Amino acid sequence: MNENGWALSLEDVHKRFGRNEVLRGIDLRLAEHEVVCLIGASGSGKSTLLRCVNLLEPIERGRIAVLGEEITARGVDVNRIRREIGIVFQAFNLFPHMSVLGNVTLGPRKVLGLSKEEAGEAGEELLARFGLADKRNEFPDRLSGGQQQRVAIVRALAMQPRLMLLDEVTSALDPELVAEVLSVIRELAREGMTMLIATHEMGFARDIADRVCFLDAGVILEEGPPAEMFSAPKNPRTQQFLQRIVAAGRM
Amino acid sequence: MSSDARSVAIAVVSTIVFIALVAVLVVNSPGWDEVRQFFFNGERFRESFPKVAEAFLVNVKLFCLAEVLILVFGLLLAVLRSLPGPAFFPIRLLAIVYTDVFRGVPTILVIAMLGFGAPVLGISGVPTSTFFWAVIALVLVYSAYVAEVYRAGIQSVHPSQEAAARSLGLSRAQTLRFVIVPQAVRRVIPPLLNDFIGLQKDTALVAILGTVEAFRQAQIDTAASFNYTAYTATAVVFILVTIPLARFTDWLIERDRRKQLAGRTA
Repeated sequence: MNENGWALSLEDVHKRFGRNEVLRGIDLRLAEHEVVCLIGASGSGKSTLLRCVNLLEPIERGRIAVLGEEITARGVDVNRIRREIGIVFQAFNLFPHMSVLGNVTLGPRKVLGLSKEEAGEAGEELLARFGLADKRNEFPDRLSGGQQQRVAIVRALAMQPRLMLLDEVTSALDPELVAEVLSVIRELAREGMTMLIATHEMGFARDIADRVCFLDAGVILEEGPPAEMFSAPKNPRTQQFLQRIVAAGRM
Repeated sequence: MSSDARSVAIAVVSTIVFIALVAVLVVNSPGWDEVRQFFFNGERFRESFPKVAEAFLVNVKLFCLAEVLILVFGLLLAVLRSLPGPAFFPIRLLAIVYTDVFRGVPTILVIAMLGFGAPVLGISGVPTSTFFWAVIALVLVYSAYVAEVYRAGIQSVHPSQEAAARSLGLSRAQTLRFVIVPQAVRRVIPPLLNDFIGLQKDTALVAILGTVEAFRQAQIDTAASFNYTAYTATAVVFILVTIPLARFTDWLIERDRRKQLAGRTA
């Protein structure tokens, strides 16, 4: 009886780049349908944490389990694990040589083995749901940042993941384009998607998160329900961080 | 008159004046009559040109066949050299040694070694046709260059593209095939065409094997007539093929540049 029942569980996860220890013992558990926001300064390890969960970075110590299965064990088929986990990146990372629909259907076709027609139909339905139906034949270069990021979210959703990781998905966007992306994420939360979200948007985190974790120098210093975290943080580092955010007018 | 039309008119007039001046200077310089007699002899040109042009078909066959094989083999080499991880080290090493050797050895030497040497071995099943070995020699040499061009293209694709593809569950091979290589090839089409032009010219080296291609035909004509106009005719034939390709390459580069600019402002 340990990690069963958790959508995601991290135990004592350590990660270093050369001599720089980025994650220094992370313990974190997400129940199914839970939305957890990671906040903290740049370089606190938020992105690295997400990349480790998606096995884009190997970890040095500790274990990560998704839906009860340890994914950091030896001999695990990483391609199968990644199918279950969707990730959306800060810089969209769309494939520039493919149309929007091509981006969305690549995974379903090549990984899930769907036919072009099946994948196309499912892809168009998803695009329509997020208001992108008329963009299906456009190339990513021709879309606004907000549209590109929505396409990236749809591309991840097309794999029908059990867990979504969002890595500062609005940080590269012009301020007026942030809202459209955040509303898509709210929609996902409403539908019960389990999400781990690294973000600088404190208002959004307060709104959407079931739990907020403050990451500092590679450890989770404090966590709790957003109401508590934002109004009465206990740790002095958390207080300091939030004060600076308020001073910068970002909350 | 618009300023565009004015610019064009000025360019045309100044070009005509410039060419006329150069022509007058050349025609009036000492020794011009001899140069014209031996290199630009109209009568000899009319006689040689059809023969050289016909022999040039051999060059065309050589570079078309070789280019197809080079594009495939070069990509294979580039992919092998990009394989990650310690287990693939011997394969990477092999690809590195290959490119180093075949970029280092003069093309004419490889053609001589294979063209003269291989048929002599008399191993059963090994073709003895010099044309066959000429193609192999050109493929071996040019694949080394083309592999480097491909490799530069593969490396120019940002690692975030690989991360995005792998995060969807695509395997390393699928990522290479559907995401990395298509982007890489698009970027290196201009340098690939450059190498293709180089290959076209280097088919003349095959003349040393006695294969009657354009240059060899010109040598035969020259030896018979003591006049070098046949060489001029050969040069014209090569240029007629390479210049359009060079302009096409320029056009592709310009189009890509404009597309990228459009992408950035959109």
